[in-house]
Amino acid sequence: MNAIPFMKWRWLAVALSAIAMLAAIASLSLTQLNWGLDFTGGTLVEVEYSDSADLSAIRATLDQEGYEGAVVVSFGTDRDVLVRLPDGYSDQQGVLMVDKLRAATVMSIELRRIEFVGPQVGAELRDDGGIAMLTALGLVMLYVAFRFQIKFALGAVIALAHDVVFTLGFFSLTGLEFDLTVLAALLAVVGYSLNDTIVVSDRIRENLRKVRRASPSEVIDISLTETLGRTLVTSLTTLLVLAALALFGGEMIFGFAVALLVGVAVGTYSSMYVAATTLLQLGVDKEDVMIPKKEGADQEGLMP
Amino acid sequence: MNNRYPLWKNLLILTVALCGFYYAAPNLYAPDPALQIAGASSSLQIDDRIMSRAETALSEAGIGFFGEELQNEGKSALFRLNDREEQLRAQGILARELGDSFIVALNLAPTTPEWLLEGGATPMKLGLDLSGGVHFKLEVDVDAATERKLTQYETGIQKRLREERIRGRISLDAQKVAMQFRTEEDREAARREVVDLYPELFLDRVDEKETWSLYAEVTEQTMKEVVDYAVAQNLTTIRNRVNELGVSEPLVQRQGSNRIVVELPGIQDTAEAKRILGKVANLEFRLVAEANAPVSQRQRFEYRSPDRGGMTEWLERNLIITGESVSNAQAGFDQNGQPNVTISLDGEGGMLMSRATRANIKRRMGVLFIERKNRTRYEQDENGEEQVIRIPYDEKKLLTAPVIQSALGAQFQITGLDNPAEASELALMLRAGALAAPITFVEERTVGPSLGAENIRLGMKSVQVGLALVVIFMMLYYRVFGIAAVVALAGNLVLLVGVMSLLGATLTLPGIAGIVLTVGMAVDANVLIFARIREEIRGGAPPQTAISNGFDRAIETILDANITTLIVAIILYAIGTGPIKGFAVTLSVGILTSMFSSIMGTRALINLIYGGRRVKSLSIGGVGHGGTQPAGAAS
Repeated sequence: MNAIPFMKWRWLAVALSAIAMLAAIASLSLTQLNWGLDFTGGTLVEVEYSDSADLSAIRATLDQEGYEGAVVVSFGTDRDVLVRLPDGYSDQQGVLMVDKLRAATVMSIELRRIEFVGPQVGAELRDDGGIAMLTALGLVMLYVAFRFQIKFALGAVIALAHDVVFTLGFFSLTGLEFDLTVLAALLAVVGYSLNDTIVVSDRIRENLRKVRRASPSEVIDISLTETLGRTLVTSLTTLLVLAALALFGGEMIFGFAVALLVGVAVGTYSSMYVAATTLLQLGVDKEDVMIPKKEGADQEGLMP
Repeated sequence: MNNRYPLWKNLLILTVALCGFYYAAPNLYAPDPALQIAGASSSLQIDDRIMSRAETALSEAGIGFFGEELQNEGKSALFRLNDREEQLRAQGILARELGDSFIVALNLAPTTPEWLLEGGATPMKLGLDLSGGVHFKLEVDVDAATERKLTQYETGIQKRLREERIRGRISLDAQKVAMQFRTEEDREAARREVVDLYPELFLDRVDEKETWSLYAEVTEQTMKEVVDYAVAQNLTTIRNRVNELGVSEPLVQRQGSNRIVVELPGIQDTAEAKRILGKVANLEFRLVAEANAPVSQRQRFEYRSPDRGGMTEWLERNLIITGESVSNAQAGFDQNGQPNVTISLDGEGGMLMSRATRANIKRRMGVLFIERKNRTRYEQDENGEEQVIRIPYDEKKLLTAPVIQSALGAQFQITGLDNPAEASELALMLRAGALAAPITFVEERTVGPSLGAENIRLGMKSVQVGLALVVIFMMLYYRVFGIAAVVALAGNLVLLVGVMSLLGATLTLPGIAGIVLTVGMAVDANVLIFARIREEIRGGAPPQTAISNGFDRAIETILDANITTLIVAIILYAIGTGPIKGFAVTLSVGILTSMFSSIMGTRALINLIYGGRRVKSLSIGGVGHGGTQPAGAAS
């Protein structure tokens, strides 16, 4: 089989990834993330008016009632209105505000949801999220180092970090809200991208042992070519269902679906280029994947 | 000839699939909108008379119902309604008809048929984001609980030393009670008394010039017990209060060391729910101070009732017991028909009460009601941004201050109340005050019923669309093998739903997302296997060998890939709350069932189609077009 010369283009990929990483980090440090209610704390109220809602009138009402810092947006249809209060209002305010909105209009208002997150809970969720992400990366590295070899583990973790930073950068640049479900999606991205990377690594290991008289770069090319079909098909099926989820799943799941869409797409790329390039630069060769000699044989000699 | 599964393996797969169907089946039966009636107090029975009153009221209002039945030996009754739209109106009608002694709750009654119930099959519970309802997270103020425990120690020690005529200075100091004595003998005597009284305290002696100090420190272990007790008591109190709300399937659960999660499906009046749950209160029983008592030992409190607006009373600083010791308070009448309130204390409380009142007959005892409130303050932080600071504080007001007629024990009455209404109000306050430590709401999520229903509809639609897309793609790309994979995928979905129902897992919106994701990722194992088989064929292997080698060689990769994903799912479960946990559960279960269905299930199907006979070519797509092409570029 003719191998596609993937590694020939690796410097282009490195450059692309570097630019993407820099852009993501720059955006994250400059504009940060649009943290959702889960992490900032505060109150969110979603109501549905019986007819199209007048946002400026709603803003005026809220101003008058002294809701400082209230953000009023409409979404979906012009009847759906979302009001977000910053942290600092008591947990009673959501319900009270709906009452005040009701009093200020002749239309009927249906309450769709209220979310209140206290400041300490928000901070905790943020910390726990970070810890979970690091734990996930650490444990995965351990498992891969144990099952494969440390160079493979480094490749996998760098690829995962690449995907996570990319997705975070995407959320930072687009200003999409980053809430708890997006964090869950990010961890799922780690799981998915890892899945991909493992399949590729598995094949590289197999071919390093099997294919003779080929440079590591050629072995990687062969392995990537062989797994390309599978990588593309699996990504495609996953992207198909995620697209369905993003299009039909509704507002509460939209961020989740988008995070996964981005993560899976970039994860497919990273398992080919980032993980493999790292392996190559770390100087992976046959020695790394030799099946270790049975130690039992040596030990038997020591027995009396 | 290879590629035939032994009979037992086929039977095993068939059995697992059938079980999957059996346990998934209850989810196909849509629940009926229903109303559940229960007595406000547990002793109340629902009889035929009540049932017929309810039936008449509903019929007169023109609300269609069926399947009315008594449950739990007449403790509750269920009415199924024809129309979900009428549920709220029907609730109002029944509540008005039956009055305050009954609680009418919205309910979704499962319609699982008998043959499924017999095997223990039940439908999955719906999370609040799907059913609509309120989710609260409450935090128990641990500091307040430990501080009060410390005060109890201080008071106890003070009293014992006074009784034993040991003179010394006693004060509170961070985590310990500090005592200073003039002589070493006094300290030694005090040490013996404290050890006898509170063996759990850790004692430390410090000698300074002229003073001999003794520090009684509360150990970590004791503090932990105090916190555990405070949270546990709050849990019980909240459970009781939740029952007042009349929710059909409430969840009250401890989370972490000091949090309590309350989930109330179907509740829409969140303000009412919070009012009842958030009645954060406590009690203190103290003697009314004698007129000549020094100011340092007494405190002034206002009456809580507006009828006695502005009136105050001086109470002693030392407290006899707190609401923690109060196990019940009931309004009633004495033998002369006068309203009274009977208070029951736990054993320790009874002892303390009897000791305190024995010597103080004809003095008065004040009952303080303590409510947790917040004071808001605005401050500029170093960036010049305004920060909102909320400081919780305790508002203490006097409920009543009756005269002690005789030595009191574990049960006693408060008499001399003006009317029955006052008595029942007092009993209510006493019960409400019997909360171990103050609680605050730290998180609240309310989902209206319409949004819940919409979430279900949207979730189901994305599962359907996603599944359809994958099915079409797999059949086009892998032909006959694709069909086998699709059948296995469908089996996987059924199995996933069956296992989740069997585990009693709750289905949430992220859970549905997990199912969708599983659909996308579950075919991965098949894709890996099929890619291997194609390679084998391209390498010139005969069909049967290609099949068996393809499966065998892909398995290691599949295991590696799935175990790592499982690690991530478990981490998600460990850190996640509520809906996220739901996602983690579906993802984990999905990984496990998909491994079974796509390795064993697909293999069984392929074996049935191709196994045990001479086969010239396999319908797996993408091979015949040219052996030199990479798999991905083919087809």
